[in-house]
Amino acid sequence: MADTDNSDAFVAFERVQKSYDGESLVVKDLNLTMPKGEFLTMLGPSGSGKTTCLMMLAGFESATHGEIKIDGVSINNIPPHKRGIGMVFQNYALFPHMTIAENLSFPLEVRKIGKSDREKKIKRALDMVEMGDFGGRRPAQLSGGQQQRVALARALVFEPELVLMDEPLGALDKQLREKMQFEITDLAHNLGITTVYVTHDQTEALTMSDRVAVFDDGRIQQIDPPDVLYESPQNSFVAQFIGENNTMQGTVKQIQGKQCLVELDNGEEIDAAPVNVNKVGERTTISIRPERVEFNKERLHADAHTLKAEVLEFIYMGDIFRTRLRVAGKEDFIIKTRNAPDQRRLKPGEQIEIGWMPEDARALDA
Amino acid sequence: MKFTKTLMATTALTMVAAAAGADDHMADELTIVSWGGAYSNSQQKAYHDPYMEKTGINIINDESSPEAVAKLRAMNEADNITWDVVDVVAADAIRLCDEGLAMEIDPDEHLADAPDGTSAEDDFGDLLVSDCFIPQIVYSTTAAYRPDLLPDGAPEPTSICAMFDTETYPGKRTLEKRPINNMEWALICDGVAKDDVYDVLATEEGQDQALAKLDTIKDDVIWWGAAAEPPQFLADGEVIMGTSYNGRWFSAIEEQDQPFEMLWDAQVFDLDGWIIPEGLPEDRLNRALDFIMFATDTQRLADQAAYISYGPARESSAPLVGKHAELGIEMGPHMPTAPENSENIFVYNYGFWADYRDDIDAKFQAWLAQ
Amino acid sequence: MSDVTDATTAKRGPTPDDGLRIADSKDSGPVLSADGTPLKKSLRRALRMEKLRALALIAPLLIFVMISFIIPIGEMLFRSVENQIVEDTIPDAVRELRQWDRDEDELPPEAVFEAMYHDLFTASEAKKHTRLGSRLNYEESGMSSLFRQSGRALDDLGDDYLDALEEIDPDWEEGTVWYEMMSGGEGAERDTELSSRVVGQISNLEETFLPDTDAFAPSQAISELLPRTAEAYTRFAVFEALVDERDITDRDPWENVYPALIADMKSADVSGYDGPHADMLRELKSNIDDFEAPNYKAAFAAIDEDWAAHETWATIKAHSVRYTNGYFLNAIDMKRTPDGAVSQPEDRQILVKLFQRTLKMSLIITGSCILLGYPVAWILANLPTGKANLLMILVLLPFWTSLLVRTSAWKVMLQQQGVINDTLVWLGLVGDDSRLIMMNNATGTIIAMTHILLPFMILPMYSVMQTINPSYLRAAKSLGATNWTAFWRVYFPQSIPGIGAGSILVFILAIGYYITPEIVGGTDGVFISNRIAYHISSSLNWGLAAALGSILLAVVLILYWAYDRIVGIDNVKLG
Repeated sequence: MADTDNSDAFVAFERVQKSYDGESLVVKDLNLTMPKGEFLTMLGPSGSGKTTCLMMLAGFESATHGEIKIDGVSINNIPPHKRGIGMVFQNYALFPHMTIAENLSFPLEVRKIGKSDREKKIKRALDMVEMGDFGGRRPAQLSGGQQQRVALARALVFEPELVLMDEPLGALDKQLREKMQFEITDLAHNLGITTVYVTHDQTEALTMSDRVAVFDDGRIQQIDPPDVLYESPQNSFVAQFIGENNTMQGTVKQIQGKQCLVELDNGEEIDAAPVNVNKVGERTTISIRPERVEFNKERLHADAHTLKAEVLEFIYMGDIFRTRLRVAGKEDFIIKTRNAPDQRRLKPGEQIEIGWMPEDARALDA
Repeated sequence: MKFTKTLMATTALTMVAAAAGADDHMADELTIVSWGGAYSNSQQKAYHDPYMEKTGINIINDESSPEAVAKLRAMNEADNITWDVVDVVAADAIRLCDEGLAMEIDPDEHLADAPDGTSAEDDFGDLLVSDCFIPQIVYSTTAAYRPDLLPDGAPEPTSICAMFDTETYPGKRTLEKRPINNMEWALICDGVAKDDVYDVLATEEGQDQALAKLDTIKDDVIWWGAAAEPPQFLADGEVIMGTSYNGRWFSAIEEQDQPFEMLWDAQVFDLDGWIIPEGLPEDRLNRALDFIMFATDTQRLADQAAYISYGPARESSAPLVGKHAELGIEMGPHMPTAPENSENIFVYNYGFWADYRDDIDAKFQAWLAQ
Repeated sequence: MSDVTDATTAKRGPTPDDGLRIADSKDSGPVLSADGTPLKKSLRRALRMEKLRALALIAPLLIFVMISFIIPIGEMLFRSVENQIVEDTIPDAVRELRQWDRDEDELPPEAVFEAMYHDLFTASEAKKHTRLGSRLNYEESGMSSLFRQSGRALDDLGDDYLDALEEIDPDWEEGTVWYEMMSGGEGAERDTELSSRVVGQISNLEETFLPDTDAFAPSQAISELLPRTAEAYTRFAVFEALVDERDITDRDPWENVYPALIADMKSADVSGYDGPHADMLRELKSNIDDFEAPNYKAAFAAIDEDWAAHETWATIKAHSVRYTNGYFLNAIDMKRTPDGAVSQPEDRQILVKLFQRTLKMSLIITGSCILLGYPVAWILANLPTGKANLLMILVLLPFWTSLLVRTSAWKVMLQQQGVINDTLVWLGLVGDDSRLIMMNNATGTIIAMTHILLPFMILPMYSVMQTINPSYLRAAKSLGATNWTAFWRVYFPQSIPGIGAGSILVFILAIGYYITPEIVGGTDGVFISNRIAYHISSSLNWGLAAALGSILLAVVLILYWAYDRIVGIDNVKLG
């Protein structure tokens, strides 16, 4: 869960709640701290409260309860234009009636920065996003990627310490998006800016962030660095939401330290790591990443439990093979194998046995 | 541009509809154009209903008389005259006749003689002010006031010059927004003898004199454009006195019980009547002439006075004027032509105004806009 | 309308023409399509079909616009300069007047009066002289009755001569005799030149085309012997035969042939003439000294002294051109005189003032529509759809009420004993004897018209504002702008196209408004359109109305052009 130690916190949400209608909470008891320079991504399905959190931070929504602090100072009553937060919007929100240079000049003008200073800063910001030659153009004359860079430059040109980004890459095609992901993180780290990034794209979240906060139902379900998040999801929502995942329902039969035995609904038994289960007899959902499933018996522990499986479909995907199996009565069990010279290609109809390292099968909440 | 397109589409539809409706001149129909309201109603009862009953011809009413002159000219230019008989004031009839848009009528051939054998020409007498015009009624433009709004102690006005006397009768008055009548009254109240009025008005100095007199009350005048406005202004207390047609005053006083008093002094007689458009095809022309013959005989003209307080244009009709059809009051005393009302009258000088209307109007409007 | 804005910025997509251009740019010999025809040719054929189909689709609208819009406007422009009525009605008099030097303080020569006599006689038989009178009365008061009365009195001169002629020979009264004498009998050589000239004149007079048939042509001999008589008779004969479609062989001629005959006979030598009724002519010639030659000048002066006024003739001459700038001069408070354009006397100058007032008040109305409409449009654009629709209904409500009803309602509200004044008096804000005058003046017009035209301002502003993403304002605020700066520098500039569209719409509607100023405008709240309406429906001076309308049209076009230059017409969006 979110850590509440805010000794070195730059941004802090303290018991923040938000309700629009006075009946239901969109954000429920949010606690979150960010150290300076961190790149934090808020990830979650739509309606999970992530954008509301961002808007509260930016000042466009007010918190119904709780406090938001920047650098230890509560900003609840500070209007957005005095918060000094740079923001990049989903649709870039470049002012269409101004040129690129004018767009960048705008935040500097309202800060009453002198003309020569302004020009210097604009040039530096544009060069930073490699858009130095485009100052005289209008936003409509730029491509989506170029607009994105300008939006970024505009959010950075007045040198804010905190930058918020609201799904900034949503409108770009895949290739451009990947390139921009890299550029944005690069910039953020080079400039040492604290960044809050909102997305619903988990790949984006994993590749860019120092930490990812997974939102659902108005709460942060888990906040961790990407690898931890992927490999050690704390609950079945996170496991489902991040990456591909096989699930099986069952009942805990035995718990021994870091290992437990789960009896699946069809009677078969498998090993798992108890994450969210505490006692025998509890219902649980087993979560296994497709790439951690092994069907080569030699690579499994001798005493490991295995399951019978029938190959239903084999899909060649270039770098990997994706095989769909019938396991424990379910037909959507997926395994992924690397396309290596010695890799066996399973054939539909083939009967195999599958297993895994107990720590890879995580017994989560039902 | 969406809006413009909608507009255009609507216009198109209207035009198509109009075109579709324009050409169905049925063999047994007569399109009669008049002023609408109480006046058309009186015609309907006195002329149209009996005529339809007698002949079986269906009369279609069109209330376009206010724009009749312009529309007739447009119809004439398009060579598509859809009207058969048109009710216009005499001045318009003269203009239409001058423009060749109205047909010349021979009274003795086209109009009925009086019951006593007097020829139509003699019966209408001086009221035949144009070769194309068949007089129907005599109406007058005259003044009325609200006694209850006059200042305490002020005498009841007896002269049109009360209109110009803002000291004795402070308050707003309403006059028609045109020079006709107002210029004459102004001159009379500025000391010009009644018989000299038009001679004086024909000169620049006379026109200036009349405007100068009007100028003394300019700030106290609300100018009206439609004759229905003065009774309304007076009823609302917006003005204390004003001018309108005598029939409008009659219906306000007798039918709506408004506390107005008539001031018949220097009332201006004017005529309203029929014209037949020039260029009707023979069958329609014959129907129109037949209607005219019927509707302007002695009895019909007298009948109309039972519904509206306008005097019949035939001398022989006057004795036949009876009681109001609904109110049951004797109509004679409410006629502008009644002796006690017509002690001091003015007759619209058609010739003068045909010549000077545009010129004096320009001057009048320029004066208004100052 | 959005495509107008997009056109400049968006990349142009491929159009059918691209293919053509590409095909054209190939210079390495013709490329052939699959069936062997040159590619260019088959492409053109394919495109032609497409173009024809497109044309067919817009054809109904095109025809409709032509008929209902372009042609009437063209006709209006034409009518504002057209002035053929003078020359068509009195052709010979106009021709003769050209010789007259108006600068001298003398009346025109007798020839002008003679031509006028015959022209006016013909016109009065055709009942066209009063139209000319009405036309000239716009320029000079009194012309209307002058022509009307003169038309009636013209017979007198001829009647006098006829009486005298009858004393010599009663046959002069016989229509048959005249016909025989003028036509020269069977087989005589005809003066067809005169005949067709007269047919042309009568055609112009009647404004219809009359076929140049041999309805009547005088004999060549009589035309040479008695030129005036022949012409006067030919006019009579052609008119009666072609216009009234009567048998002329036994009809009495018009009275104007008699003075013409006497004038001719004064100088004619009839001794050698041997046509029909030559004896009558010889007898007349022998008695001709008993007749006084017709003095047309005196005859006209006897009808009305205005005919002896230099001014009358100067006016006729000044307005005898076929195309005139007179209406336009009138429209700007000037007039066409024999000495060129001069200003109207000051006390008749009204139209320029009205033009200025119309423009000024339309601008005020447009301005107040912007001020009142902008916040409403803003609220509409920022409300959830449901509430916005409800408010929109309120905005549109005036559209569903008749214009007359709305204007009359304002009257009830604004008059001195009206609702607003009553309320103010009741509240004690104004005294009972100092009630505000909000109607029958410019204020009334501005209030009522602002209300009536407000929806035309709100709708385009609303639809433009709807397209302005709220994130622009957020972006501006996040960049450090205060609410006002964000609005003024970011939101407002983007809403200008809506303001522009609304303003153009409201201004153009306002400039031509007429009913509302008429009802609540009083004296200083009326517009130029009210004068146009007066000239259309009351004075029938359509030429002046057309000139005023043309100027109004020109003003609108100039303003539109100016707007395009200053703001750019691309910056107009209706949504």
